[in-house]
Amino acid sequence: MNLALKDIRHSLGRFLLTCVGLSLLLGIVLAMVGIYRGLVLESLGLARAAGAHVWVVEGGTRGPFAESSRLPGDTRDIVAAQWGVAAAGAVAYQNVEATHRGATKRLLVVGAEIGRPGEATGLVAGRPIIRSRYEAVADRRAGLDLGERIELGRDTFTIVGLTENMVASGGDPVVFITLRDAQKLQFDLTPSAARREAARTPGAIVSTNTVNAVLVRLLPDVDGAQFAQTIERWKQLSALTQEQQENVLARPVIERARRQIGLFTSLLLLVSTVIIGLIIYTMTLDKKKSIATLKLIGAPDRTIVGLIVQQALGLGLISFAVGAVLINSAQGYFPRRLVLEPADAGTLFAAVLVVCLLASSLGVRTALKIDPASALAG
Amino acid sequence: MNEPAVVQIRNINKYFGEGATRVDALRDVSLDIFPGTVIGLRGPSGSGKSTLLNVIGCILEPNSGNMRLNGELVYDGRWLRSDLRKLRLEKIGFIFQAHNLLPFLNAWENVAIAQVLAGVAPAQASRRALELLDYLGVGRRKDAMPGQLSGGEAQRIAIARALSNDPRIILADEPTAALDSQRAGIVMDLLRKVAAERRTAVIVVTHDEKIFDRFDHIYSLRDGALELPDRMAA
Ligand SMILES: Nc1ncnc2c1ncn2[C@@H]1O[C@H](COP(=O)(O)OP(=O)(O)OP(=O)(O)O)[C@@H](O)[C@H]1O
Ligand SMILES: [Mg+2]
Repeated sequence: MNLALKDIRHSLGRFLLTCVGLSLLLGIVLAMVGIYRGLVLESLGLARAAGAHVWVVEGGTRGPFAESSRLPGDTRDIVAAQWGVAAAGAVAYQNVEATHRGATKRLLVVGAEIGRPGEATGLVAGRPIIRSRYEAVADRRAGLDLGERIELGRDTFTIVGLTENMVASGGDPVVFITLRDAQKLQFDLTPSAARREAARTPGAIVSTNTVNAVLVRLLPDVDGAQFAQTIERWKQLSALTQEQQENVLARPVIERARRQIGLFTSLLLLVSTVIIGLIIYTMTLDKKKSIATLKLIGAPDRTIVGLIVQQALGLGLISFAVGAVLINSAQGYFPRRLVLEPADAGTLFAAVLVVCLLASSLGVRTALKIDPASALAG
Repeated sequence: MNEPAVVQIRNINKYFGEGATRVDALRDVSLDIFPGTVIGLRGPSGSGKSTLLNVIGCILEPNSGNMRLNGELVYDGRWLRSDLRKLRLEKIGFIFQAHNLLPFLNAWENVAIAQVLAGVAPAQASRRALELLDYLGVGRRKDAMPGQLSGGEAQRIAIARALSNDPRIILADEPTAALDSQRAGIVMDLLRKVAAERRTAVIVVTHDEKIFDRFDHIYSLRDGALELPDRMAA
């Protein structure tokens, strides 16, 4: 005969209402942690999708995302000729504001070489770019459909494929085009004075033949860090392993988001503690007479403490479960990407247990002070 | 009476407050209560009846004297046992004026809970609870919640609970105050039956003159002091 359960059934309405409120709170906590994980993953999405082992960038920089990096267009050939390289591809990144269906969109345009590291991978619809000009693969978040056209710079591109969750660390969706198109775009978007200047100089076209990085895929058993060292021998080149690149990308996001999300999570857990504490306390006050009666009959303290603590745990665990289910099923409707990791849920679960125990202490203290003789009065 | 007394009280004193506000609730009370008897406690309001009952029930510590329950010396200037609740659970049944059933348990669960707390297996406890409810004539109401019971039914269920661990002593503080005289009579007859059949000592605090004829002895308290037995039943 579980007294906690029986008592909950007796005041079911209030208990369930509290559960609803609490599950929303815990759901929000889970969502925030999920958004944080999503932010970190998003910041890495582009760098991971490239499938590179080593990033070759301008000497003395940690580009191409964290710092600007410009390399001569022939760097790829030099890198590709090194021992241990399976494939190398030059890439160019360009932030672009494009007007589409009357709305202005901020996009990250990635120029990559067909069939080489850096081109769009993991397509969810359509096909990769096969023509060297005027084809684009866009991320779903850009809101472009297959076959749609979009103007970038002076050229019009046709969307031939779609990716998912491919965004810049600021959240701007990515659009892939060929490296050649990207270099043209870069030229088109350069302020006109500089362009006139460049046009007057013979061989100026060569100066537009720059890229931001060369992505290297290594042969099996070739060590990335070692390869990076060999590249660093060229003064004008720097190299980052994939791991280093990911650290460079994720660190600012983690540092910014972790503090904010940590703060909100702690606040929400505090609010949850107060709510559980108050509700358990009032439930205990309502049971004063019953508790006195139990003590009078001869119930030991552990029965009384168990009654209250079990109710607090029940409240927390039911709310946690409902909140988790809620967030899982609402996942698709969130404006930002939610990444729900079992480990995070586990940590929150443990935190909820602690919160419940803390919250029940007020009720427990009150219950232990109740005088059994008070059951006899009136 | 060749059986030893279940309750043996010697020179118990209990006061509340200090100095000018001191109230002597019990003065030098000595009393023996034997198995199978139903004892009445009467006296004006504030004379110490409830105080005496609470001392016997080990929920109120006296200031001096000594007390044996079921032959065991439990108080001698101080409590001699640390597990008074266990003592209560096993040896004493309480019946209250306001029947004090647990509102979140139904009738039979209210009876079974005392046994479950004493470590009886749930199945056995519920079987015995149902037996007791039948014994007290409220078997039909076994699934009712306390809020759905009449005063008389609730009181009988409270008696069943008090009986459930086969206590040696039953303490009842005005158990019939909320009942009409017919139901009060039924409850008193039940207590007499319990005392006779189970050799339990039953101590009942009452103001109710209509039931005075149901007691084996009636003791009167006045200003905390015991007067001689008023009347002995045949
Ligand atoms: N906890 C307490 N603190 C202070 N004084 C108390 C306390 N309990 C009882 N008293 C006092 O002790 C005296 C005896 O009280 P008790 O409750 O035993 O009387 P009673 O005979 O049961 O009265 P009633 O018929 O009204 O129930 C009273 O003067 C009462 O005011
Ligand atoms: Mg009283």
